[in-house]
Amino acid sequence: MDLTYTAEQIAFRAEIRGWLAAHVPEHSLPSFDATREGFEAHREWERTLAGGGWGMVTWPREYGGRGVDLIQWLIFEEEYYRAGAPGRVNQNGLFLLGPTLMEFGTEQQKARFLPPMAAGDEVWAQAWSEPQAGSDLAAVRASAYRDGSEYILNGHKIWSSRAAFADWAFGLFRSDPGSEGHKGLTLVLFPLNAPGSTVRPIARLDGKVGFAEIFLENVRVPVAHRIGEEGQGWHLCMATAGFERGLLLRSPARYQIAAAKLVRLYQAHADEADPTLLAAVTRAWMDAESYALSIYSTACRLMQGGKIGPEASTNKIFWSELDVALHRTALSILGAQAELQPQGFDDPDLGSWLDDYLFALAGPIYAGTNEIQRNIIAERMLGLPR
Amino acid sequence: MDFTFSEEQRMSAEVVREVLAEHCNCAALLKQLQTGVDRDDRAWQALRQVGLMGVLMPERVGGLGLGEVDFVLVAEACGYAALPGPFVEHAGVAGPLLSALGVHGSLTEKAAAAEAVVAIGHPINPYVADADLASALLLEHQGEVHLVLASDVKLTRKTSVDPFRRLFHPEWTPSEDTRIANRLQGLQLWDDALDRGALFTAAQCLGLAQRTVDLSVEYAKTRKQFGKPIGSYQAIKHLLAGVQVKIEFARPVLYAAAARMSHRDRCSRAAVSHAKCVSAEAAELGARAALQVHGAMGYSWEVDVHLFLKRALALDSAWGTQAFHRARIAQRLLKQPLGPEYTFTRELEHA
Repeated sequence: MDLTYTAEQIAFRAEIRGWLAAHVPEHSLPSFDATREGFEAHREWERTLAGGGWGMVTWPREYGGRGVDLIQWLIFEEEYYRAGAPGRVNQNGLFLLGPTLMEFGTEQQKARFLPPMAAGDEVWAQAWSEPQAGSDLAAVRASAYRDGSEYILNGHKIWSSRAAFADWAFGLFRSDPGSEGHKGLTLVLFPLNAPGSTVRPIARLDGKVGFAEIFLENVRVPVAHRIGEEGQGWHLCMATAGFERGLLLRSPARYQIAAAKLVRLYQAHADEADPTLLAAVTRAWMDAESYALSIYSTACRLMQGGKIGPEASTNKIFWSELDVALHRTALSILGAQAELQPQGFDDPDLGSWLDDYLFALAGPIYAGTNEIQRNIIAERMLGLPR
Repeated sequence: MDFTFSEEQRMSAEVVREVLAEHCNCAALLKQLQTGVDRDDRAWQALRQVGLMGVLMPERVGGLGLGEVDFVLVAEACGYAALPGPFVEHAGVAGPLLSALGVHGSLTEKAAAAEAVVAIGHPINPYVADADLASALLLEHQGEVHLVLASDVKLTRKTSVDPFRRLFHPEWTPSEDTRIANRLQGLQLWDDALDRGALFTAAQCLGLAQRTVDLSVEYAKTRKQFGKPIGSYQAIKHLLAGVQVKIEFARPVLYAAAARMSHRDRCSRAAVSHAKCVSAEAAELGARAALQVHGAMGYSWEVDVHLFLKRALALDSAWGTQAFHRARIAQRLLKQPLGPEYTFTRELEHA
């Protein structure tokens, strides 16, 4: 065990820190979930990132990456959040579909989809949930039936994050008409502007259009847009969910930065703050550190040949709960100011607590509700009967 | 950056796990309670055979010259077995303190070989554990370290809720002869001892926590109500999953604290405190979940839940209460730089 960074890792940190200092926009960009303008501003930022070779550092160079290991990935994220760089509008592509393609895609699919993903030219949405298939995801009814060299897509997808403005979606479809449950499902990529596809934005709790529903009516896509084999969709989705629940989608730096800000907020209000709040602030910082240590430990295990298993479900519960508690503590410190919308604050650094709290409230729901994660932990980690 | 244990480190913990499964299982613990013997000598002798008594003592006195990372999994295995007696404090805390004092001669070597038990009366703890089994006691007087022969100490037993925890109030007279470190040296030595004590108590708590989950899972698989194993109900599943989440996120905190202990600074001490807080919380959460899962059986002596619940309760405040450790963490976060690049940092001066 050696918990120190190598010279190479330290140099990598300095390199990304220098690049971000020179390139991160001075003023924060408008939200990518509120307007097309904000979305496109974030796409531009993705292009800038990709121009520096920072689009997705863990990918091989031929796909627009740098081929770095998972520790360097964590360092990249630490510096990224430290610099206050814009949110990753293409996170569904980069962190979820990307690794799935890397593991299960054909060479042609990787060459076709990964470089424009890393470059921000194609922004991705996830199209899994349906009105009648939420926690019971295996109940999906949207269909992808084969017609020669094409699939014909029909059905109704919902809660698709980023779909309001995104270019492409990766969807879970029933390809075997007689099948039920986990069997007969297939993962298919489709352009959101294809003839027969209608996207209708849904207002989120915070009023933004962070997700959308997608209506598919005889949308035709080539068979080459299927990932893996026909009928293998469930298996691929669970692999994707493993990335979603931990290491990639929610790297720890975001919580550590938020915890550091929370400590500063507490210090600024220490005179009038309820003394019990220091305990909540300390707890938030401890949890962010615990999450970071756990992810470093997982990264080292994966680098030595380990695999992501059902323990990824513990990540999802831990980061979503710590995120809610951390932001709730900030609102407690702000007291009567807490209900005010961000523009109500003079200090822009402190003003986003309410916004971030409302976003954090979604955490225990998306990427598989925490109740579903607890079932997975109980059945697949602990071995309790179904 | 390598956050994994070596093959040797994993092996020695595995050996201890096997030894304890054989000699310190619940049947052996209950028998010890019934017969009222001070110490189950079979477990102690088996641990001596493993050769870890001097793990944190230098080779020149017959120790192994290893570090905290080499012992943390062993202490965890001891917690899993709810091992009573002085092994963890003797090997993990008293041994290295004796060595650091440079006490030469037979006592140190006997301690490394486990021919003599040395108990430790740290000022953080109101009482001395297992003092009646010790040949000598390391005791504190006005910050100094004193080494006192058992024959020169009058012990009064204090009864803990944990029937295996043997606590004593020592009465003794400090003198020039007993003093082996002055106040200035003592400061660092007692701080180091506190860190080791808290770290290895945390390790035992984490082991205890996993044991409570494992016990509960086994019970919930077989106990049937409404025609089905109770473990098939989400009420039980979610309760136990919650404990497992707590354990999963305490474990790397514990291991990182062990790896950073040699820094001996504000950051590494906060890391130990962090480990102590979350591991003790995991043990309590697990013990109470186990009690609930076992129902009325859990509240009786018919099943073993109470042994683990009582140990968790005792260890929660051993080597520093939650409040003590929370305050050490607050010191770090209010006085040292924060943010992801400081996860593994040493204390920075002029921060």
